[in-house]
Amino acid sequence: MRRIARVLGRCGIIVFALGSAGAQAAEAAAAAEITGLKDAPGHDLTVGRCIICHSLEYIPSNAPAMNRAAWQKTIQKMRERFGAPITDDEAKQILDYLDANYSGKAS
Amino acid sequence: MLTRRELLLAGAGTWLSRRARAADAPGVTAAPQDSLGTLPGKQPLIQRAFRPPNFETPLADLAAPFTSNDVFFVRYHLTVIPWLDAASWRLKVGGASVRQPLTLSLAELKSGFERVTIAAVNQCSGNRRGLFAPRVPGVQWANGAMGNARWTGVRLRDVLNKAGVAAGALEVVFAGADSAVLPQTPNFVKSLPLERALDESTLIAFEMNGQPLPHWNGAPVRLAVPGWTGTYWMKHLTDIRIEPKAFDGFWMKSAYRLPTGAFPGARFASQETPETTPITEILVNSLIVGPVAGARLKRGEHAEVTGKAWDGGAGIAAVEVSVDGRRSWREAKLGHDLGRFAWRDFRMPVDTARAGPLEIAVRARSRNGAQQPDKLTFNPSGYHDNIVQAVSVEVA
Repeated sequence: MRRIARVLGRCGIIVFALGSAGAQAAEAAAAAEITGLKDAPGHDLTVGRCIICHSLEYIPSNAPAMNRAAWQKTIQKMRERFGAPITDDEAKQILDYLDANYSGKAS
Repeated sequence: MLTRRELLLAGAGTWLSRRARAADAPGVTAAPQDSLGTLPGKQPLIQRAFRPPNFETPLADLAAPFTSNDVFFVRYHLTVIPWLDAASWRLKVGGASVRQPLTLSLAELKSGFERVTIAAVNQCSGNRRGLFAPRVPGVQWANGAMGNARWTGVRLRDVLNKAGVAAGALEVVFAGADSAVLPQTPNFVKSLPLERALDESTLIAFEMNGQPLPHWNGAPVRLAVPGWTGTYWMKHLTDIRIEPKAFDGFWMKSAYRLPTGAFPGARFASQETPETTPITEILVNSLIVGPVAGARLKRGEHAEVTGKAWDGGAGIAAVEVSVDGRRSWREAKLGHDLGRFAWRDFRMPVDTARAGPLEIAVRARSRNGAQQPDKLTFNPSGYHDNIVQAVSVEVA
C-alpha cells in the first residue's frame, strides 16, 4: 500500500483511504511521508487547500521566516488576495497546524 | 531517451525524496537547504518550488560569461503555464493611449523591425532573499535567481511607435499567457513608466544566447528590460497596452514594492505612494563564484578568487577584494566588458603562504559611484540584498 501511495503521490495525487482507526493513522502517516509535511492535526486540510495553487515546499522552506502572526497574514493573503477557498473555521485549523509545526521565528 | 513525463516524475521524485545537498552559496549567512530538481529541457537546478516552478541556478553554473539556457533560473508566480505554439502566437498592442491597435505574428515581429541584441543580467528582485537576516517570507532564493544572457529581439519603442503613442500616455502594461488555477487570483500583469518602455534598451525578445527562448524562460516572446529587476521581464508576452493611467493590479500596487526613499535607483513616479514604491533598477552587486565557502586551499599553491560584478546599467568601475577581515582592499582584475548591462568577471590571486582560516570579502563599485554596502537595508519582501559578501576558507 505504501508503494502504491508513493506512486500515486509521485503523480501528484494523494489518497486518503477510510478504514479502522489504526488503518487511518497508518494512512495519515503514509500521506505525511508523501507530502513531506509533519503528520499532525490539520495536515490533511492544510495539504488539501494549499495544494490547489502551489506545491508544498513553500511551507517548510518558509518556516524560519514564520511565526503565528506571519502565518495568519499569509493565510489571509491567500484567501483575500488570491481567492483561496478556505472558510473561517478551516483557516483557524490551518493556522493552528502551520503555527504548531512550521513557526521557526520568535513571535 | 527520457520522455517528458519521465523527466517530470524524476523531478517530483527528487522533491519527494528530499535529497539534500550541502549549501554551497557564499555569504556569511547559511544558505537554505538545497535539493535538485529537473524541468524538461533544463539541467538539474536548485528546486525552491515545484509548482509553480521556481528553480535556481547552482553556483558552479554561474561561472561562465553567459549563463546557458539549460541552466538559466526559472521563476513563476502562477501555475497554469501553456506551451505556446510560435506559429499561432500573436502579440496585441492596444490600450486607451494607442493610436492604431496592432496584432503581430512572430514572423511580422521579426521582419518588421530592426533586430537588436543586448547582453544583460536578468536578476529576480528576490535573489538572495533566503540569505536575509532576519528571515522574510517568500521563495528562499540563495544567489542563483539570476543569470547573464544575450537577448535578441526588437525594440519595444519601435513597436509602440508603429502603433502610435497618444499624448497623455503614462504607463505601458504587459500581460503574458500564464495564469492562475483560480479565477479570483490576480493575473501576473506588470507596467513600466512610458519613458522606460521607450528606452532603446527595452526589448521584445525572442532569442536568448542565439537560440529561441526556452519554454521556462518565456517562449516564444518575452520582454527584456536590461538594468531593471526580473519582475518586469514579462514571459510568454501576449498583450501590451499603452495607458493614460497608473495600472492598479495586485502585482504593481501590492507586490514588488520597497519602502519609499530607502534605496537608490530610478523612480517610478506614477506608482509611488508616501509609504512604498515599486522596485526598479538592479543595485550594484557582486558574487564570489570561487572558492566556495568552506573550501580548503592548499598551502603554497596558486589560488584565486573569481566571480561576477554587475549593476543597473552604469557598468562596473572596480571590484575590490579583502583577505584581512575587511581592513584593507585591493583591486581585482576585471574581465572583458560584455556591455554595461552584463555582468563583469573579476579575478584576484589569493596568498596561500600562511596556513589558517581566511575570510575573502568582495565589493564592487559602479561607474556611477555607488558601492556595495556593508549593512542590509531591511525591507519586508526581501529585495535588494547587495551587501558585501564573504567566504570563509581554510589554507592548509
